[in-house]
Formats: sequence, C-alpha cells, structure tokens
Amino acid sequence: MTKPNMSVEIAGIKMRNPVMTASGTFGYGREFADYMDLESIGAIITKGLSLRPKAGNNTPRIVETPGGMLNAIGLQNVGIDAFITTKLPFLRTVDTPVIVNLYGNSLEEYGELAARIDDLAEVSGVEVNISCPNVKQGGIVFGTDPAAAAQVVGLVRKSTSKPLIVKLSPNVTDVVAMARACVDAGAEALSLINTLTGMAIDINSRRPVLANITGGLSGPAIKPVALRMVWQVSRAVKVPLIGIGGIMSATDALEFILAGATAVQVGTANFLNPAAAEEIAAGMESWLVEKGVKEIGELVGALKC
Amino acid sequence: MQFQSQVLSNIEVSPGYYRMRMTAPPAVLEAAAGQFVMVKVSRAIDPLLRRPFGIYDMGVFVTPYTDSGTQTFLEILYKVVGHGTGMLADMHQGDSLDIIAPLGKGFDHGAEDEEKILVGGGVGLAPLYLLAKELVKTHRVRLFAGGRSKEDVLCITEFERLGVETYVATDDGTLGDRGLVTQVMLKYLAASRTPKRLFACGPFPMLRAVAGIAEEMQVECQVSLEAYMACGMGACLGCVVKGVNHSAETPDYRCVCKDGPVFESTDLSWE
Ligand SMILES: Cc1cc2nc3c(=O)[nH]c(=O)nc-3n(C[C@H](O)[C@H](O)[C@H](O)COP(=O)(O)OP(=O)(O)OC[C@H]3O[C@@H](n4cnc5c(N)ncnc54)[C@H](O)[C@@H]3O)c2cc1C
Ligand SMILES: Cc1cc2nc3c(=O)[nH]c(=O)nc-3n(C[C@H](O)[C@H](O)[C@H](O)COP(=O)(O)O)c2cc1C
Ligand code: FES
Repeated sequence: MTKPNMSVEIAGIKMRNPVMTASGTFGYGREFADYMDLESIGAIITKGLSLRPKAGNNTPRIVETPGGMLNAIGLQNVGIDAFITTKLPFLRTVDTPVIVNLYGNSLEEYGELAARIDDLAEVSGVEVNISCPNVKQGGIVFGTDPAAAAQVVGLVRKSTSKPLIVKLSPNVTDVVAMARACVDAGAEALSLINTLTGMAIDINSRRPVLANITGGLSGPAIKPVALRMVWQVSRAVKVPLIGIGGIMSATDALEFILAGATAVQVGTANFLNPAAAEEIAAGMESWLVEKGVKEIGELVGALKC
Repeated sequence: MQFQSQVLSNIEVSPGYYRMRMTAPPAVLEAAAGQFVMVKVSRAIDPLLRRPFGIYDMGVFVTPYTDSGTQTFLEILYKVVGHGTGMLADMHQGDSLDIIAPLGKGFDHGAEDEEKILVGGGVGLAPLYLLAKELVKTHRVRLFAGGRSKEDVLCITEFERLGVETYVATDDGTLGDRGLVTQVMLKYLAASRTPKRLFACGPFPMLRAVAGIAEEMQVECQVSLEAYMACGMGACLGCVVKGVNHSAETPDYRCVCKDGPVFESTDLSWE
C-alpha cells in the first residue's frame, strides 16, 4: 500500500500534513518536545505575541465547563523581543514551519509587529489575531467590525511580505462578511474559529468564576459552531481555510476538511493529551489508507449536500 | 512522561478522603517530593481536563506478574470535592488511568544542619509525607498538621511511623489543640534556637500565615501551591501566581505547574 499524500500548502507555506497547533495551546513548542515528535506535524503556531510583554489577567483564568473550558488568560506573552532571543533559537532547530500569531492593541501596533517579523528568516508566516480590543478606540474589537478588520489586515499586508493568515472571531453576526473583508484586504488564508465568548457562575459566592468575568470557550463544545462557520466561509471565499474548534481526534479533523478546510489546528486537545497533534495527523493518514484515498486534497470541501 | 496506569487499590482513609495506589514505570522513582501528577480521570470528554495531585508515596514491590519481577507504584491522597475526584473515588483495582508524571519543581531539602519543620493541612499533607520519608533518613523532622476537624487530619500515624514528631491542631478541637496549627508552630519556633527550614502545603490562607511567620522569625520557607490547571506543562498560562516583583508595569507571573508548585516563600507576592 502506498502512503497517501498528506502534504498541503497554505498561502505558500508547505506543510508535511494538515495538522497545526493552535495559538496559545502549545506554548512556544518546546514545552511539548518531551511528549511528541515536533517534526510529525504540519506547522507550529506560537502563543499570541505583542510588541511589548503583556501581563495578562488576574486569576482564576480558566475553568472547565461541560465539554469545554473557558479561558481569560489576557494574552500574557513574553513580547516580540524576548520571543526572538529566548524562544526562536529552539524553534530554529525543529524542521517544521513556525507561524507567529500576533495581535495589537492599536492599528499601529499590528503594523510595527508585522514589520519586526518580516526580518525573521525562521518564521514561515504570520497569523493575525483580530479578536482584540482597539484600546485607542473605546475597546471595540477589531474582529467584529469588517471595516476595522480590513484596516488591520491591509496594514499588516503592507508591513510584511510573509504569508498572511487572518484568524477570525466567531463572536459576530455574519462571519462571511468578516471573511470577505479580510480577503479583500489581503489575507491569503483564513483560520477559524477563535474562542466563543462565555461565562461561568458560582452560585454559592454569587460571583463569576473567572476574575475577568467573561472568557473564551474552547473544546468539543464549540465544534459544531466551528464546522458551520468553516462550511459557510468556504462557499464564499477562494483562499484556503484552516479549521479550528474542538478537534480531539482524526475524525474531528476530517470533518473540518470535508467542510472545506485545507488544514486544521489542534488547540485544547493538547492540554488533555500532549501528543494529540501527532496522533491526529497519524490517524488521518490511517483513515486515508483504509479508504484508499490517495491525497488529502481530494477531501477538501468534498462534503455532499 | 505520559503513561497508562492500572489502579492497584483505592481506599477511603477518612470520610471523603481516598488513597489510591497505581502502577507506574520505574523512571517515576526519580520524582522529587512536591512534584505532581496529572490524571485523566476518564477517556471520554467529561471531565475534559486532567486533574493535578501531589505525589503522596512511591516505591517498588515484588510481584510475579511482570518481567522484572517487580512493579513500581505511585500513590495519591485525595479529597472528593467535585466531579473528577468523585469519579476517581468510584474506581477499582484494575481500572486504567492516563497519567503524566512527574511534573513541576519539588522541594529543595536545604542545608545539612537544619531541623526540618513540615506544616500542612488536609490533603496538603500528601506531598509532605513523601518529603518526610526522604528527610528522616538524615534529619530530625517535625510535623505541624491542621484541619477543620479530626477527619481532616490525615495519615498522622504514617508520619509517626517514620519517626516524625507530630503536633496537631483542629478548628473544633476534636484532635490536638483547638485553633490554628500555625499558632502552635509559632510557639515552637519562638522557643527554640536551632537553625530551621519550613516546608508548607495546604490552603492558601495557611500558606500566607506560614510565610508571614517565616519572615518574622527569619526562617527559610518553601510553600507548595495549588491553582486551576489545564495543561500542567507551562503551555496554557492558566495557573499563574504573582511573583514578588509583580506590578502592573512590570508583570512577574510564575506558573504554578512549571516554576512551582513549590516556591521559596520570599519569591511570591502574598497580597
Ligand atoms: C499542584 C497541585 C497538587 C494538588 N494535589 C492534591 C492532592 O494531593 N490531593 C487532593 O485532594 N487535591 C490536590 N489538588 C487539588 C485537586 O487538583 C482538585 O481538588 C481537583 O482537581 C478537583 O477536581 P474535581 O473535578 O473533583 O473538582 P471540580 O468539579 O472541578 O471542582 C470542584 C471544586 O474544586 C475546586 N477545584 C477544582 N480544581 C481545583 C484545583 N486545581 N485546585 C484547587 N481547587 C480546585 C473548585 O474550586 C470547586 O470548588 C492539587 C492541585 C494542584 C494544582
Ligand atoms: C488557554 C488558551 C489560550 C489561547 N490563546 C490564544 C492566543 O494567544 N491567540 C489566538 O489567536 N488564539 C488563542 N486561543 C484560541 C485557540 O487558538 C483556538 O482558536 C481555540 O481554542 C479553539 O480551538 P480548540 O477548541 O481546539 O481549543 C487560546 C485558547 C486557549 C484555550
Ligand atoms: S497549567 Fe497550563 S501553564 Fe500551568
């Protein structure tokens, strides 16, 4: 039996298979090196980086909810400078594309960051997180307003020649309009979805469980929403999509591929099983072998409906 | 390391408190007291996240059922507080669990010529037992154990069997002195002049009190903390505590899972 062709290309980034690790759930890669082969997956996406180090929110920052978890980490990260000096040297030794997830608190910050990353030969691409408040403009979230999102994407596009992926927020009424705005502004690929805003309450203390009151829901609970959004967007735009949301198994990942995603990201599953991404990639390949499918590309958007 | 483990026994040692013994690979024996394990209670998605527990004991026993003729084991001591621990309590010999261990930084034994003082409450006694087992080989060890009531003061006889001198206080006076065990400890520290080191594990208010006493008496002190955890390996940043240099402008967050769970008390912000 010949091995199926699992390789895919996203915005010019060549990957050995479609499985990537989702931002914020895989540290800076090194944390997982003892548990899995970092060269068994398609790409590593870093924790969201900002121009300056960011402290993040007070605790509790996480809580489990049925079939998922809420997090309000507050985008704590080491900042781009420390990333370059302390995290990138290790990633350089791993033969897997590294994609930097970035975010800003203002339009200018996105632009400056993208320009900094442009110089880093080791970085294969950028994924722009637009689910952040614009501090300068009353905290409106870039990713919920098509015009604001387009501004961010347009500026990042001008500031870097790296392959450009934009990560969409699901907390919108019309995800297709957001997707179109980002593609028109220069996104070469879209990843979706980020977490869904939610909350949890402790009736005894009558307080919200999270210090931040609200947090982002991830895990199996959000998979149906994510699948629906990938499917809708895949019918509206031409760029490749990366499906994210509650992927725990190869079956889950294949559902996203059928819905129209060219690749997938594994997030919360990394916490339950630090070898999840590797196992999902291997499981997908086994399924293709079993079904006699010669290349993963044949399945992209192959949903019958 | 990540491994599949079989439950060897699961005994209710006090109302609502269980002690579970499970199989482990021999490499686990390199674990230090204070390190912890992450247990996947169910293969299904409920509960979703792993649950962290301190290592209570570990060792090897002789058995004809393995190639080497011996079997390495780990033990945890846990209190049923919710869904995950409730499911753990229902497990029986032969059931399997997915474990990641050992994780985090354990206790540093400190200098040769010090008296070692352990302070714990409730399941906080769990990691202190493994520590006591190591320390009694070379040192004089005293334990100050506290709890709400006598049911919450666990495994005192196990500590005594190691040769640890134990002092107990309960809130309701059903065992030992009535009141806070930290007060009993303070009295002891005030009356004795020998160099000492403190090791504490228990509820946060107790740890804060111990850290305060340590500062006042100028005794070195390590504390083992708890936090909500998702990953246990420094990836999610869900478990952080504030370090001593923390301020809004200069954030100093430490991961309980990776930088801890054991910290020098002077490295943390106790506000
Ligand atoms: C490093 C470390 C070592 C630990 N060692 C032990 C131990 O040796 N023995 C032991 O009994 N427990 C220990 N704990 C606490 C234990 O992990 C929690 O009690 C357990 O996760 C609760 O799971 P649950 O599903 O039963 O509770 P849930 O249903 O999730 O929650 C029930 C209650 O437990 C509290 N809780 C949930 N998770 C935690 C947590 N991680 N820390 C503190 N409280 C929590 C919640 O606030 C809630 O009130 C340790 C925690 C950490 C971080
Ligand atoms: C603890 C945690 C931290 C996250 N941090 C980021 C981040 O920094 N940037 C980002 O774009 N997404 C972040 N995410 C969102 C994930 O990348 C992913 O989109 C989301 O969790 C849904 O996938 P999942 O259900 O597989 O986890 C984070 C998610 C979690 C659970
Ligand atoms: S539990 Fe995830 S970083 Fe500590």
